[in-house]
Amino acid sequence: MLEVRRLSADHGQLRAVHELSLSLEAGRAHAVIGANGAGKSTLLRAIAGLHPPSSGSVLLDGEDITREPPELRVTRGICLVPEGRRLFASLTVEENLLVGRHRAAKGPWEPGRVYELFPWLRERRRQPASQLSGGEQQAVAIGRALVANPRVLLLDELSLGLAPKIVRQLYELLPRLLETGMAVLLVEQDVSQAMRVASRVQCLLEGRTTLEGRPRDFTPAQIEAAYFGLRTEKE
Amino acid sequence: MIAAIVQGVLVGGTYALVACGLSLAFGVMRLVNIAHGDLAVCGAYLALMAAAGFGAPPVLALVLVLPLAFGVGALLQLTLFERALRGGELAPVLVTFGLSVVIQNLLVTGASANPRSLDGGAFALAGFEVGGLTLSWLRTAGFATAVVVLGSLHLLLARTGFGRRVRATADDPEAARLSGVRVRPVFACVAGISVATAALAGMFLGLMSTFDPYSGGLILIFAFEAVVIGGLGSLWGTLAGGIVLGVTQQLVALWDVRFAVLAVHVLFFGVLVVRPVRA
Repeated sequence: MLEVRRLSADHGQLRAVHELSLSLEAGRAHAVIGANGAGKSTLLRAIAGLHPPSSGSVLLDGEDITREPPELRVTRGICLVPEGRRLFASLTVEENLLVGRHRAAKGPWEPGRVYELFPWLRERRRQPASQLSGGEQQAVAIGRALVANPRVLLLDELSLGLAPKIVRQLYELLPRLLETGMAVLLVEQDVSQAMRVASRVQCLLEGRTTLEGRPRDFTPAQIEAAYFGLRTEKE
Repeated sequence: MIAAIVQGVLVGGTYALVACGLSLAFGVMRLVNIAHGDLAVCGAYLALMAAAGFGAPPVLALVLVLPLAFGVGALLQLTLFERALRGGELAPVLVTFGLSVVIQNLLVTGASANPRSLDGGAFALAGFEVGGLTLSWLRTAGFATAVVVLGSLHLLLARTGFGRRVRATADDPEAARLSGVRVRPVFACVAGISVATAALAGMFLGLMSTFDPYSGGLILIFAFEAVVIGGLGSLWGTLAGGIVLGVTQQLVALWDVRFAVLAVHVLFFGVLVVRPVRA
C-alpha cells in the first residue's frame, strides 16, 4: 500500500534519514524503533509531506506522492498523529475532531465512533483541548486523525510523556484499527510496546536501518545491539 | 458631559472597526500590518473615486470597494505577506512599513496631498434627538456597522467550519495542514477580510472628517491602541478598546481639544505599564 524507496532527508547539513526503504501492507503494523535522533520522526514527517526529502520517493498504491503537500495526502488517506499531540489548544475537543473531519474520506470513522472508543471523551467534548491531561490529549489526537478515515495511519511517539498504564491502553486500540484494514506505521522509543503489536520491526540508527524483520525473529540482545549501535556477537 | 460620552462611544465603534482587521491578521497569521491604516485611507480614496467617476453615493460605493478591498488583501497575502512571514519576526514589520510608504506616495502622486472628505449628502449632516441629546445619523450608523461587522466576524469564527479552520490554523498551522486544511486560502481569506474591514472603516472616517494621503499613520496608531487596550485576540475586547479610546478623546476634548489625541496615547501607555502585552 505505502512504499518508501531509498528516502533521504536532511536537517540542514545533517542527513537525518539515509536511503531508507520500507513497505507497508493493509491491516499490518510496521514499527520503526530507534533512539533519540535516529531519524524516526523525520521519516514520518517526510511520509506525511511536512519535510521535503532530498532524494528517494514515497509511493501510495504505486503512485508517486513524494512532492505532494500534506493537506493533499490527507485526502489520499495518509494521516499523521504528530509527536507531542499538537492539538488545537483554543478549540474544544469536538472542534478538534471536526477539523480533522473536514477532508475526510468515506469510511466508518466519525466523531461518534471516536466517542465510543473513548467514552469519557463524550462528556468532555465541549472542553478546550488544552485542559485535558497528556493521555487524554493523545486520545483526541488519535481521534482527530481517525475521523479522516485514513488508510495509512502514522503514529509518532505515542508513548512520549505518558504513564505506562495509559500507553498500554492506547496500544490496546491498535489491533482494532488493523482489523478494519488500516495500515499503521508507528515510531517509538518504547520498544516493548511497539514490538507487541507490530508484524514487522525496523530499527534505525543515525538514519540507517540496522535491523529489519519480524519481531519474533530477534532476541532482545539483537534488538538492543541494533538500537544502540553495539556490535553483535556473531562470531 | 453625557453628550461627550455618547459621542465617544459612537466614534469608538469606528476605531474598533479599523482595529478588528489588524487584530485578526495578527491573531491568525502573526502579521503586524503597519500598512493597515494606509489601506483604510485607500478605502476612503476609492469611495471618492467611485463618487467622482460614477456619481455613486457612499453606500453604493461600498458595493464596489468592499469586494475590491477583499481581493487586494488576499492578493497581498499571497504575493507579499506570505513571503515576509517566512522571513522571521522582523520581516513582516519592515515589508508592511515599506508598503505603507509606497501607498502614501502613490496617493500623493495620484490624488495630491490636499485634504479631502467624502460627501455623505444630507444624511451625513442630519441628526436625531434622544432624551435631549442630538445624535448624528452618520456616527450612529458607523457604530451600528461596527457592531454588526464585529458580531458577524465573531459568529463566523465561533460557529462556522471556516471559522473553526481559521482558529485551528492560528493555533498550529502545521497540525492544521496535517488535518487537511489548505492554509494558503485560509490566510488569503483572512487577509481579505482584514483589508475589507479597514476599507469600510476608512470610508466612515472619510465621511466623518477629512483625510489626506498621510492619515494612515494616526489611524494605525489608534487601531493598535484599541487592540492593546481591549486585549489581543478578542473581538468584543477590541470594541471595548475602541470605545474607551473614543470616550477618552471626547471627554478630554471638553476640557481642551489640543490634548484630546495626546490623552489617548497617554492612556495607552498607562495600560501597557499596568498590563504588558504578552507575546
